[in-house]
Amino acid sequence: MADLVERVLKEAAERESHYKTIEVHKDIELEIDPGNLLTVDTNPLDATKLKKNREEYLKSLARDNTQLLINTLWQLPTEKVDEAIVVKLPDPKTPIPREKPVPKDKALTKWQQYAQLKGIQKRKKSRMMWDDQSKEWKPRWGYKRGNDDTQEWCIEVPDNAEDPNVDLFAKKNKEKKERVAKNELQRLRNIARSQKSKVPGVGLTPTEAPSKDYLGKALALARKSTASIGKFTDKLPTEKPSKHTGKKRKFEPNYGDVERESKKQLKILNHIQNRIPIVNTTKAANRHIMEEQRSRARRRREEDGGKQKGGKNKGGGGKKKGGFKAGKKGKAGGKKR
Amino acid sequence: MRPLTDEETKSFFDKLSKYIGENIKLLLERPDGSYCFRLHRDRIFYVREDLMKKAGNISRKNLLSMGTCFGKMTKTGKFHLQITALDFMAPYAKHKIWLKPSAEQQFVYGHHVMKSGLGRITENTSQYEGVVVYSMNDLPLGFGVAAKSTQDCRHADPMTLVAFHQADIGEYIRNEEALL
Repeated sequence: MADLVERVLKEAAERESHYKTIEVHKDIELEIDPGNLLTVDTNPLDATKLKKNREEYLKSLARDNTQLLINTLWQLPTEKVDEAIVVKLPDPKTPIPREKPVPKDKALTKWQQYAQLKGIQKRKKSRMMWDDQSKEWKPRWGYKRGNDDTQEWCIEVPDNAEDPNVDLFAKKNKEKKERVAKNELQRLRNIARSQKSKVPGVGLTPTEAPSKDYLGKALALARKSTASIGKFTDKLPTEKPSKHTGKKRKFEPNYGDVERESKKQLKILNHIQNRIPIVNTTKAANRHIMEEQRSRARRRREEDGGKQKGGKNKGGGGKKKGGFKAGKKGKAGGKKR
Repeated sequence: MRPLTDEETKSFFDKLSKYIGENIKLLLERPDGSYCFRLHRDRIFYVREDLMKKAGNISRKNLLSMGTCFGKMTKTGKFHLQITALDFMAPYAKHKIWLKPSAEQQFVYGHHVMKSGLGRITENTSQYEGVVVYSMNDLPLGFGVAAKSTQDCRHADPMTLVAFHQADIGEYIRNEEALL
């Protein structure tokens, strides 16, 4: 019995001797911040040890400091979570600086203020909605939405309508446009209120990160914002015409005067015909060249004939088959001779 | 559906006059009715006036075609002539090419015309002129562009291209979807 206890203790002691002691002696107490797992050691370094074996010295220092940190951690309240001992860290004592400033609270929009006042809760609506008319699920808003009153194919004129000739479809479209414009205005007003700036009647609201499209619009606006509404603003050498300005294209009416239309087209046709010269210039040039070559050949032959045989003409020039072709042949013939 | 603007008319007539020349006048002024050109879905249609008025009652999405489609206007304003215009080009063509029976099939399958397949060609065809291609029985097969002038055609060796293929009647089967 005593042997057993002795043996166990001896084995424990052996095991312990492999590890370094958990007791660490330091001249100056370290500042330990368990919240950040931070230890600051202000003890001076030993110069001789540093010179002799730097790596070993620094390693042992690090080990000692870590040991002290772990000692403090063990003193904190622990708990067991899934067979692991876990210690809850306290709040960090050393303040770490922020990269960016703390964001300001956003100003509440008009609706949010009202909802807060009345205690209205936001209720999430699903995207798809059952449309009884078409008996299928359609989106509640957006593309191909159900229950869209601008897509009605038939609108009844009510009996008590003031003017039965008013276009009800156009009216519905106009109302929709007005609703959209009103929504946009209110959105801009919310932004203006939060930034304490004014809503522009026409133009752009300032943004922090302008997109390429925004810059294009801003540039077009800036060109126009002069006393003469952009008439005399000079263009940069590589500036392209803006997509945001320019007249809307107007086309001729479909059922307009067919007579007038055909007359205009005939005029354009005449223009095109006049561009093409009636005289075939290549043909004329070729014929001229052929004539020159023939006359030259005739002169040369007369000279030769005069020198050699004294007057026997060797046939005339090439037979004239056709101006165009002969021209080419004559040219080739001339080269050979 | 709308009438053509001036630039569109110009580019359209430019292209058409390469094949018909001044005979476009005969298309515009016809004794048997007033015809007009209309642009619908980027395609140019040649249609009689009263038919055009009736077609105007159909919504843009639902109207597929009216009269004869001559071709399509590209997004940059250039005009591409299609085979469906052949009916109006064949009688008014300025320069013609007749193909030998052996070469007909090649052309109708979309290949260019070689000298060996050339039967006849009108005189005074200059290079790169628009030509209408016929078979030996005077049946219009399509149209193309002359690769060589008539003069050069005579001296060319049999394997050289004589006309570039632009459109042929085989496209009615090959290229159905693109023709509208």
